[in-house]
Amino acid sequence: MTFLIDRRSNPKKKSAVNRQRFLRRYRAQIKESVAENLRGRTITADGQGEKISIPARDTRQPVFRHGQGGKITHVVPGNEEFTRGDKIPRPKGAAGGGGPGQASDQGEGLDEFVFQINQQEFLDALFDDMELPNLTKRQLSGLEEFKRVKGGFASDGAPSNLSVVRSMRSATMRRIALGAGKRTELRELEQQLQALEDSPENWEQRNDIEARMQILRDRLGRIPFIDEVDIRYHRHVKEPIPHSKAVMFCLMDVSGSMDQKTKDLAKRFYILLYLFLSRNYDKTEVVFIRHHTSAKEVDEEEFFHSRETGGTVVSSALDLMKSVIEARYSPKEWNIYGAQASDGDNWPDDASRSTQAITELLPLCQYYAYVEITQAGDKPLWLTYSPLREQWPETFSMQHITGPGDIYPVFHELFRKQSA
Amino acid sequence: MNAIVPLSTESDWTFELLQQYENEIARIAEDFQLDTYPNQIEIISSEQMMDAYASSAMPISYHHWSFGKQFLSVQNSYRRGHMGLAYEIVFNSNPCIAYLMEENTLTMQALVIAHASYGHNSFFKNNYMFRTWTDAGSIIDYMLFARKFIADCEQRHGVGEVEKILDACHALMFHGVDRYKRPYPISMHEEKRRQMEREAQLQQQVNELWSTIPVATDRGDGQAELRFPDEPQENILYFLEKNAPLLEPWQREIIRIVRKISQYLYPQRQTKVMNEGWACFWHSHILHQMYNEGLVNDGFMLEFLQYHTAVVHQPPFNSPHYSGINPYTLGYSMMQDLKRVCDAPTQEDRQWFPDIAGTPWLETLDFAMRDFKDESFILQFLSPRLIRELKLFSVVDDEEQDHLEVAAIHDEWGYQSIRESLSANYDLGNLEPYIQVYNVNVRGNRALTLRHDMHNGRPLEQENAEEVVRHLHQLWGFDVVLESVADDQVKSSIVHSELSADQH
Repeated sequence: MTFLIDRRSNPKKKSAVNRQRFLRRYRAQIKESVAENLRGRTITADGQGEKISIPARDTRQPVFRHGQGGKITHVVPGNEEFTRGDKIPRPKGAAGGGGPGQASDQGEGLDEFVFQINQQEFLDALFDDMELPNLTKRQLSGLEEFKRVKGGFASDGAPSNLSVVRSMRSATMRRIALGAGKRTELRELEQQLQALEDSPENWEQRNDIEARMQILRDRLGRIPFIDEVDIRYHRHVKEPIPHSKAVMFCLMDVSGSMDQKTKDLAKRFYILLYLFLSRNYDKTEVVFIRHHTSAKEVDEEEFFHSRETGGTVVSSALDLMKSVIEARYSPKEWNIYGAQASDGDNWPDDASRSTQAITELLPLCQYYAYVEITQAGDKPLWLTYSPLREQWPETFSMQHITGPGDIYPVFHELFRKQSA
Repeated sequence: MNAIVPLSTESDWTFELLQQYENEIARIAEDFQLDTYPNQIEIISSEQMMDAYASSAMPISYHHWSFGKQFLSVQNSYRRGHMGLAYEIVFNSNPCIAYLMEENTLTMQALVIAHASYGHNSFFKNNYMFRTWTDAGSIIDYMLFARKFIADCEQRHGVGEVEKILDACHALMFHGVDRYKRPYPISMHEEKRRQMEREAQLQQQVNELWSTIPVATDRGDGQAELRFPDEPQENILYFLEKNAPLLEPWQREIIRIVRKISQYLYPQRQTKVMNEGWACFWHSHILHQMYNEGLVNDGFMLEFLQYHTAVVHQPPFNSPHYSGINPYTLGYSMMQDLKRVCDAPTQEDRQWFPDIAGTPWLETLDFAMRDFKDESFILQFLSPRLIRELKLFSVVDDEEQDHLEVAAIHDEWGYQSIRESLSANYDLGNLEPYIQVYNVNVRGNRALTLRHDMHNGRPLEQENAEEVVRHLHQLWGFDVVLESVADDQVKSSIVHSELSADQH
C-alpha cells in the first residue's frame, strides 16, 4: 500500500527556529562580522542579505575521535603499480596512505563557517544594543488609517458577515423556550394515557387526551426551525492604527573644501542613520539640505553629487531647516532628527549666528547629531558647537570621523543604549 | 505481458504518472518477494529538502542550534552551486517515509521510488540490526514526545539551560548506545507515563548511591579495591543518566532522549554499504525488469543508466575525485557479484563460497540482507573476483615506521588479508574510539574516571577530547578523568578538575 503526498505547499520554514537558535548563540561573532563587512563597503538597502563568516572553531561540535598516530590499515581501490611489500613515502600533512583527506569541499577554508543572513537579521545584528534617544516623547501620531477588528455580534449586518454558529445557537434557544410548556404538558398527558386502561369505558377520555396531544404536537411542529430574530452577524469595529512618523534632515556642507571622499563618508553615515530610523518608525522621510554660503533643499542625487564652490555659512542651512519644519513637519506630529556633516569650516562671522539658529532648532528635534569629517584638529564649527553638548545633553551630540573605519563605531557611540 | 506500450515518453512527471509507475514497481517488487512496510511517498521542494537534511531526515525533531547550523551550511553550499541536493531521503519508520525532490525528472522519480521505497524499505524491515534496535512503528510517536518534552523544559528552565544539557549530550551521542541490550517499543502515552515514574524513582536511587550513611560490609581489610561500576560501562550517557549525582530529573530525561535517538540511528551507521548496495541492486533490477516488459522506452533507460553509473562510480585512489571507497559502489558490486556467484559460479567461487555457489540467487541475497552488517557482510562475501575488479590493495600506516607499506594487493596471497582489513574498516569498534566508564571515586571526591582503550595504539584527537571531557564534567558535576590505556598502562590522560572549572 502506498500513499503519494504532495508536500510542496507545506510550510517551508521548518528550520526557522533552529536557525534563530544558531544566530542567537553566535550573536557576538555575527555582530563582529557585520561590523567587519561594513568597514569595507557601502551598505545597500536592496534587501539581499549579507554573507557572514565566523570562526569555525567556535561552532564546532566536539566528539571523541581518533587523532594521528598508531597503526592503521587502509584499503584503497585502483591499484596500478604496487605489489606487496612496496614502501611508499609518507605523504606530508595528510592522514597518510591515500586515506581520505579532510579537504574542504566548499571553497572556503575550514577555519571559517560561512552562511547567509537576510536583510532583517543583518539590521538586527547591526543595530543590536543601539536605541533612539527620547523615543517616548512623541511616539504616536496620525489617525488616518484604520483596521477592522471583531467586535462581538449584531442583529443586523451584511449577509457575508453572517455568523452561522451564533444564529443556530439563538434559534435553538428560542425553540427550547417556546416549546417548553407544550412539551411538559405533552409528557403529562402521555403519563395519563399510560395510566388509563385500554378499555371501552376509558375510550372517550383517551380520545380527548390523544386529540389534545395531537394539537400540542402540531403546535410544536409549527415552531419555526430558524426565524428572522435568530439571525446574528459578526460585528466589526474600526480601530485606528497608531503610526509613528519621522523625518530626517541631512545637512551637508558642499563648499569647495568638501571633496568627493569626504562626501562619501558623510553619505555612509546618512545611510546608516536612515536604516536605523526606518527600523524604528513606520514611515521615515528624508529632507536633504546642502549649503555653502546659502542653503538649498535638493533631491538625493544633487545632494551627493553636484559640487559648488565658495565659502561656508552654516546658519543658512539651519535657518532653512527651521523654515521647512515650520512649513511641513509639525513637531507635534513628526519625530524630527537632524544629522549634519561637515569638514568643520565656517565663516568666522557666522559663529554667533549659528549658535543662535541651532539653539532655536534643538527644542524642535528629537535628536541632532553633528559629525565632523576631518583629519586635522578642532575646526571652527566644532568649537562653535562644543558648548551645546553641556546645554543639551539629551538632544545634541557630536563626533569626529577620520575614515570609513570610523563610521560604524561613531554611529554606535552616538546611539548607544543608555544604561539606566 | 504483451502490452508493449510504454507508460510514458515524457520526462516531466505528474501525479497520475507517478502513481502508474509506482503500481508497476510495486508489482515487480512483489514478484521478487521484497517484503516492505507500507510506503508514504512525499514530494517536496528543495527548501524542504534542506530542512530534512538539517534534522538527519527525522520528520520531526526537537529544536537545537546545531540543526540550524547544519541548515545554514547546506543552504550556503547549495545556493552557491557547490553541492547538489540528494534526489531522495528516506526515513526508517512504519509507514516508510520517502521524500522526493520536485525537480527530479520522471525517470529519476521512478529510480528513487524503486531505490528508497522498495530497496531501503525492505532493508529497514528485514535486516537484523534494524529489527533488533529500531521500532519503526513508534519512532514518530517518540520524536513527538521528545519534542514536546524538550519544549516544555525550555519553557520551564530556559532555552540556555536546556541547550547546555543538549550540547553535552550531543558530544557523547555516539557513546550512548547499548550494543547488546534490546530496547523495547513503547507508545508516546506510555512513554509519558513512565517518564513521570522515572523522575521520582531515579532521584531516589541516585540519593541512595550517594547516601552518606556508611554501609557495614567490607570494612577493615581494604584489600579488594571496590570499584563503581563493578564492570566498565560503555554506554556513557546511560551511566550518567542513572548515576550523575547533581542532575535534575528533567535533565536525566533529556539525556535519555538523546540516547534513544542515538540508539535508533545506530544500525544505519553499521549498514551503510549493505543498505545502499541493496537499494542500488533493486532499483537497477526493477527498472531493467520494467524495460524488459516494455513499460519504459530506450530514452528512459539511457537516462536511468547515466544516473546509475554516476552513483556507483568509484574513482581510483590517485584521482582528484577520490574521497574514500564509495559505499554505493562497494555495496552494489557485492550484491551483483553475489548474484553472479549463485547464477554462474566459477571454480574459484566454488572454492571460496562452497555454501552458496549455484544456489537460487533470490534466497541467498535475501539471507545476506537479513543476517549481516557491513563488517560481517564484507568478511563473508567479498569475492576475489571483485577485489580484482576494484583493484583493491591495503596499505599499513604505522607511526613507528618511516614508510607506508603495501601489505596486500589483489593476488592469491592478498585476498583474505584485504577482505579482513576492509571488513575491519567498517567495524564501528575500530572506527570510533572505545571509551568506557571505569570508576567513580565514591568515597572521596566523586571523581569519574573513563578509560580509552587504545586500539592499535591510536590516540584520541586531543582538542576534541578536551572539549568533550568539559561537557562530561557539565553532566557529572565533579572531576572527570579520561585515561588512554594501552597494554594495561595509562599512556596519557585528560583531567578536568573542579578547580579549573567554572562553577555555576
